[in-house]
Amino acid sequence: MDDTFFDKKDYKPLDRVDGRMKVTGAARYSAEYTLPNLAYGVLVGSTIAKGTIRSIDSKAAERAPGVIAVISHQNVIEVPGYQPDATQSTEPKVGGGPLRVFYDNKVYSNDQPIAIVVASSLEKAQYGASLVKVQYNKEEHITDFEANAGKAVVAAAAKKNPKSPTADYDRGQKDAFQTAPFKVEAEYVLPTEMHNPMELQAITAHWEADDKLTIYDKVQGTKTTQKTFAKEWAIPDQNVKVIATFVGGAFGNGLHSWPHESAAIIAAKQVKRPVKLVLTREQMFTMVGYRPRTWQKIQMGATKDGKLVAINHNSIGQTSVYEEFTESTLAQTRMMYASPSVSTRYRLLPLNVATPIWMRGPGEATGAFALESAMDEMAHAIGMDPIEFRILNYTESDPDKNMPWSTKFLRECYEEGKKRIGWENRKLKPGLLRDGEWLVGYGMGTGTFGANRGPATIHAELNKDGNLVMHCAITDIGPGTATAMVQIASNTTGIATEKIVFHLGSSEFPNAGLQGGSSTVNSVGPAVQAACNALKQQLITMAAGKNASAFGSAKPEDIMLDQGNMQITGNMSAKLALGDLLKQNNVEKIETTQESKASENGKQYSMNAFSMHFAMVHVHPLTGQVRVKKIVCCADAGTIVSPKTAESQMIGGATGGIGMALMEDAVMDHRFGRYVTKDFGDYHVPVHADVPDIDVYFVNKPDLLADPVGSKGLGEIAIIGVAPAIANAVFNATGKRVRELPITPDKLI
Amino acid sequence: MNKNKTTGKSEEEENHESRRDFLKTTSILTAIAVSPVAVSKAAEYNLGEKINHALETTPVNLTINGIKKQLAVEPRSTLLDVLREQLNLTGTKKGCDYGQCGACTVHVNGQRVLSCLSLAIMQDGKQVTTIEGLSKGDELHPMQQAFIKHDGFQCGYCTPGQIMSAVACINEGHAENKEDIKEFMSGNICRCGAYPNIVKAIQEVKNGGQKI
Repeated sequence: MDDTFFDKKDYKPLDRVDGRMKVTGAARYSAEYTLPNLAYGVLVGSTIAKGTIRSIDSKAAERAPGVIAVISHQNVIEVPGYQPDATQSTEPKVGGGPLRVFYDNKVYSNDQPIAIVVASSLEKAQYGASLVKVQYNKEEHITDFEANAGKAVVAAAAKKNPKSPTADYDRGQKDAFQTAPFKVEAEYVLPTEMHNPMELQAITAHWEADDKLTIYDKVQGTKTTQKTFAKEWAIPDQNVKVIATFVGGAFGNGLHSWPHESAAIIAAKQVKRPVKLVLTREQMFTMVGYRPRTWQKIQMGATKDGKLVAINHNSIGQTSVYEEFTESTLAQTRMMYASPSVSTRYRLLPLNVATPIWMRGPGEATGAFALESAMDEMAHAIGMDPIEFRILNYTESDPDKNMPWSTKFLRECYEEGKKRIGWENRKLKPGLLRDGEWLVGYGMGTGTFGANRGPATIHAELNKDGNLVMHCAITDIGPGTATAMVQIASNTTGIATEKIVFHLGSSEFPNAGLQGGSSTVNSVGPAVQAACNALKQQLITMAAGKNASAFGSAKPEDIMLDQGNMQITGNMSAKLALGDLLKQNNVEKIETTQESKASENGKQYSMNAFSMHFAMVHVHPLTGQVRVKKIVCCADAGTIVSPKTAESQMIGGATGGIGMALMEDAVMDHRFGRYVTKDFGDYHVPVHADVPDIDVYFVNKPDLLADPVGSKGLGEIAIIGVAPAIANAVFNATGKRVRELPITPDKLI
Repeated sequence: MNKNKTTGKSEEEENHESRRDFLKTTSILTAIAVSPVAVSKAAEYNLGEKINHALETTPVNLTINGIKKQLAVEPRSTLLDVLREQLNLTGTKKGCDYGQCGACTVHVNGQRVLSCLSLAIMQDGKQVTTIEGLSKGDELHPMQQAFIKHDGFQCGYCTPGQIMSAVACINEGHAENKEDIKEFMSGNICRCGAYPNIVKAIQEVKNGGQKI
C-alpha cells in the first residue's frame, strides 16, 4: 500500500453503514431483545459503604405480585468460578480481583449490589426491590480522598513490571528542578468522572441449556466477556454466546465485567427464565466504573531561554479496596518533551468505593491536564508563547524509550491549529482581550496515546455477484467500526461500498480484542486487508489455472474487483467476469479466514498518535461563566480511513473535554460514602448549548510501521489535551489559574 | 369485565390470553374464597398472577404510529415502559427515567413529550408517534436523511429522541437560527458529542422548507 492508497479520486466520505438502522429505531441494543418467558431483574444496593449484612428480609418482596425470586448471598446458587478468600484479598490492599456479587455478606462500597429481585414485569420487580429490608453491621468507611491521601501505596502492577508507566521512574539528575532558573510547582486535582453513556448498562441473560449461556450485553469486547463468564461458570468458552450488535456508547465502562452482569446470569440460572436487567442512572454511578479522582503534583524547571531542565510528576489515583485499577497517568510526562531530567511517582489509594475503569483517554487525559497546564504556567513564567515553548522542547525521538518515533507530525498540528483558531489574536499577557463585556482567552493542549495494534481475525466471503461479507467479533460503541472496515475493504478490493457488509458484535464471529485504547482500526483493519488480499489470491489462482494467463503473474495488490469484474490495475484489457470465473471453477462463492497479528515494531519504534487542541473561550468577569466559543482539534492519527466518522469522533472527544474542563464532577457525601450527584440533574455533561463549532484537521499521513493500514488510533487523542486547552484559555482570559477541575464559576469570581 | 378486553398483536396477544384465562376462571375466583383446595389449585396454575394482572390493569386506547391500540396497562406504567416492554417499540430509548436526557422523546398529539415522565394511562385517546412511525414505509423522513448525511450521531442511542425533538423543534418555530436550535435542543443529551452535526442536520431540514 502506498501513501496515496486512501486518496483515490472517487474516495468520498462514506455515510455510516448502520445509519439507517440508527435513525429508524431498528438498531437493537442489549435490553431490546424479546425472549419467551422473559423476567425482569432489579438490583438492591447496599446503603452503607463498609460493613457486613446482618440480615436480608425478603418476605414482603417475595409476597408481592409477580415477584418470582429474591436472590442474595443468603440463597444464591453456587457460582463455580468464584475464588475463595484465600486467593482474593478482602482487606484494603492493592491487587485483588473483581467483586463477586452475592458471594458473602461483606460490603465494600455504597450501593454495592446485594440482592436481585426477579419478577414478571419491570414495574413488579421495581416494587419488589423497594420492599427488601436489609440490616447491617456498619463499619467505619474510608472514602475521603484528601483526608486519606497519605495512605496511598505503590501499585502491584508497578512491582510486577518495572517498565510499567506506574513504576517509579527517574532519568537525568535528581536535583535538576531545585537548581533550575525558572520553577513551576503546582498541584492539580481531577475529580471522579462518570462515563455516563446514554444507554444504561443492560444485560439480558438466557441459559439455553444447563451449561449453555447466551447474553445480550453492553460490552466493548465480546470475546473477553465470553471468557470471563465461561470461567465464572466453569463451562467451555464456546458454550457462552455474547451478543453486542449495538452498544449505546460506553467510553470505557464496557471494558470490564461488572457485578450486575454476574447478578443477571445468576438470576436467570436460578429462576430458569431469561432475565433482563437494566441499571438505573443512579446505579451507573456506583456499579460500572468511573474515571478515578486523581491528585497530581508537578515540579517543572526551565532555563530563561525556555529549555526544560526537569519535570517531576507525582500522582495518586483512587481505586477500590478489593481490586487494583491502574492507568498511564504519567506516561506522556516521560516522552512528550525534551527534558533531560524526569521523575515520576504513581501511587494508588484504595477506598470504600467501587472499582474505577478506563474512561476515554484514560490516565493520559488525566495526566495531560496537569502536564499541559504546567507547560502553560511555565511559558507564562518565562514570558514566552506556549506554542513556541513547546516547539523549543519538541522531541525528535522518544526520550523515555530511547527509540525513534514511527511517525510524528505534531509540528504540522501546531502550525495548522494556530492558523485555524486565530492564535495571532492571542495576547501574551492574560486579561487584555475583550469582546463586549466578556473576557476573551486562547489556550492549547497537547495529547498523545500509544498506537497499540493487537491481533484480529476476519472471515470473508465473496459471491458470484461480487458481494463481500465479513464477520468479526469486534464491537462498535459508536466510532463507526463497520463503516471504517467497509471502507478499508472497498479500498483494498475495488468493490463498491454498498456491496460490502461487515458483521460485528458477536462472540460467535472470529476473534478480536476489546474496542478500547484506540486500537480497532489499526488491529481489525489489517485483518480486513489480509482477508481481502487472500480472496484476491484465490481468484488469481483460479484465473491463472483456467484461461487468463495475464492474471498468472499478478499480485493481489494489482487486482481490482469492480462491478462484478476482476481486473488488473493498469492493464484494462485483462478483465474477467467474477460470476464466470466462479462458475468455471464450480463454486458459488470463495471464502477465507485471516488472522492479523499484534505489531512487533514496538521493539524498535515508539509508536504514538498525537493531538493538538486549541480553545477560544469567553469568560464573564462578573458571573464567572465560561463559554467555549471555538475549538480546533488537530490530529496526527496516521491514515484517516473514514473521514466523516473520524471527524465525528474528534468532535465527540472535544465535547467530552468540555465536560471534563467545565462541568463533570461526581461529588460524594463522605458521611455516607455515597454520591450526591446521581443523575444528569446533578452530574452535568455538555448539552447542545454548551458546544461551539468544532473544527477538525487531520494530518492524514500513514504510519506503516504502526500497521499496514497506517492508522495510529483516534478515540483517545480526541479528548486528551482538550481540558488543559480550555483551562489555559481561561487563564489567558482572566489571569486566574484553576488547578482543580471542573472550572465552575465559583472558582473564577 | 369486558372493559378489560384487549386486542392487538404479539405482546398484546399474551395479555389477551391471560384475560381469557381470567374470564374462564372467574368461577374459581369465587371458589378460592371458600376452598383451600381451590387455592392450591389456583397457585399451581399460576392463577394468582393472572388474576392479579387482570385486577391491576386499566384499559387505555392509544393511536400509536397511526394504528389504534386497545391496551391494558398498570396505572404505574410509564408510556416509555409500555412502548418498550409491552409493545416492543424499542426505538424509543430509556436513558435516565427522570426526564433529564431526552432519549425517550416521542410526539403526543404532535407535541414532543418525555415518555418516561408520562404515565401511559394519561395518554388515553391520544395520538402517539415514535421514531418507528416517522418514516413513510421505506422512505425516510427528511430529518432522518439529514441525520445520516451530517453524521448526527455515533452510538445511535440518543438518536431517536434527538430526531423526534428536532422535528418538533422546527414545528414549534424554534429553529430560526443556530443559537435557537441549540437552546431548544438542549434537553436531548448526546454523550458521544454529535451536537454540531445534529444542528447542521436540523438547519438543513429547516432550510429545505419541506412540511415535516
